Amino acid sequence: MQTRTKVELSPWEEGLALLDRGAESQAQYRTSLRLAREDKLFQYVTQLFALLVLAFLTAIIVSLALGAAPAFQKFGLGFIFDREWNPVTEQFGGLVPIYGTVATSAIALLIAIPLSFGIALFLTELCPVSLRTPLGILVELLAAVPSIIYGMWGLFVFAPAFAQYVQPVLHQVLGPIPLVGALFQGPPMGIGILTAGIILAFMVVPFIAAVMRDVFSLVPAILKESAYALGSTTWEVVWHVVLPYTKAGVVGGIMLGLGRALGETMAVTFVIGNAYQLSWSLFSPGNSIASSLANEFAEAHSDMHTSALIALGLLLFVITLIVLTAAKLLLLKVAKAEGART
Amino acid sequence: MQLYQKRVLVNRIGLTLALLAMALGLAVLAWILSVLLVKGIGALKLSVFTQFTPPPGEAGGLLNAIAGSVLMVGVGTLVATPTGVLAGIYLAEYGHRGWLAPVTRFVNDILLSAPSIILGLFVYAVYVARVKHFSGWAGSLALALIAVPVVVRATDTMLALVPHSLREAAAALGAPKWKIIWMVTLRASRAGVITGILLAVARISGETAPLLFTALNNQFWSSNLNGPIANLPVVIFQFAMSPYADWEQLAWVGALLITFSVLILSIVARTLARQRMLS
Repeated sequence: MQTRTKVELSPWEEGLALLDRGAESQAQYRTSLRLAREDKLFQYVTQLFALLVLAFLTAIIVSLALGAAPAFQKFGLGFIFDREWNPVTEQFGGLVPIYGTVATSAIALLIAIPLSFGIALFLTELCPVSLRTPLGILVELLAAVPSIIYGMWGLFVFAPAFAQYVQPVLHQVLGPIPLVGALFQGPPMGIGILTAGIILAFMVVPFIAAVMRDVFSLVPAILKESAYALGSTTWEVVWHVVLPYTKAGVVGGIMLGLGRALGETMAVTFVIGNAYQLSWSLFSPGNSIASSLANEFAEAHSDMHTSALIALGLLLFVITLIVLTAAKLLLLKVAKAEGART
Repeated sequence: MQLYQKRVLVNRIGLTLALLAMALGLAVLAWILSVLLVKGIGALKLSVFTQFTPPPGEAGGLLNAIAGSVLMVGVGTLVATPTGVLAGIYLAEYGHRGWLAPVTRFVNDILLSAPSIILGLFVYAVYVARVKHFSGWAGSLALALIAVPVVVRATDTMLALVPHSLREAAAALGAPKWKIIWMVTLRASRAGVITGILLAVARISGETAPLLFTALNNQFWSSNLNGPIANLPVVIFQFAMSPYADWEQLAWVGALLITFSVLILSIVARTLARQRMLS
């Protein structure tokens, strides 16, 4: 990597520079070479910054791994399966926050997938053309609202309403069913895993819906028109033509939403209850990786506590990376197919 | 006939549910914004902008938090803009050959969605833990790390939209490549790049998680980036979680301010981008 002001040109580049600009005199010869050197310098500078982006990712993983090493050395793989989290006795196991992260994200996806599908379906097939853009922007604004605002709204407005009107109904209707009923036990406090999952759902809907809308609009009109000509209803066209055609993109969008949900911090921190306890009931408070970090990291005094928290962060980052990579690969496949078609 | 009726019914139900999904999405947005207006506007007084964050039980404002936020978002944007634009230039203008550009683009897209709290953790590990104190610089750095991928993405996409004939015309006049990029393609995509920067500013203005253990908070006025500094998101977090009613009130005002600035920024950015697309 050369970043000196005097960039050397290879003989090949020198020849190219002279060919490009011509060199009829000694002065022109020097000018041509100078311009070519400046060009190369500029390319190196931009390349350096592109490498910097790559370096970020590597540096994040390396620094987290270094920070997490003491915790992993002390607790081993058991760190992932141990439910004990006690800063006083320096006993750290990540099962509760890991479960909280997975459970809230799963609930979020369960709600967000049909919602996003409905929104994308509405925006691409049902909505009058003149309303498409403004409604699309409004949905995108859901993504622009800062996370902490969802948290405040969730804690002060949504959770009390949820506890008063929805949780008792869920408990009464679903509670008596065996197995499933266990998920809806306990006092309706408003805050807890379920509330966090629902608020996460609203937060990831704009991301999933945007991808779904984009891939739905890629479906060739001729395919849809053929199905309509055979007498299909709008629903059948969407379900049997649009959805199979855009499968990879839809799954990619969902993965993208999952990646967002896993790492979402502030909204979850407000409503999950921040308790290190494991319970079958979704009504009970819990903790997620991100909310543990938000609550404890600045106040962690012992080195082992800090290291355990960084270990949780590393786990979260690696999981999100895998999910987002899968999402990206699927979406690239869609883009490539689209590129080949046109 | 029965099959036909069933199909029509399924169609009706499906489309109605889609309509309801759309309505629910909009209702949530309206609910959040109306709550903010109702709870925030009553306490939105001039003193919010002229006084510092108070101890519990006393009157006060958010001046130091607003100033700290503006300062850190400003520094973060100043760092992220050149970094992101230059990296974006490489991807769009030099990235046709080799592995570096596709890989960087891929990694950049992943960083775009990476959890922001992890970036805070990273800045803590490499900077705060070294110098052993929380600081505004660390907060700005964390915000810059979040903004960079947004700017890279915008620059890359917008430069790729510039027609090749423009580049060729400039090259035919004998302009060196860096001048073509700097004076022709970058200028042609200026509106798009500015949109990207505005979106990045909107994104980092509301970020709380990465500031929790980088900039921390400060109850007093401070413009010293080398120490803990007050900032709106963390003040909102702290005040909202507190048991004091007047703190909670201030948190709602802060929430109102932050949300509406962020929303206005994103709407302005999107309109700019759309106008550009149409012209």
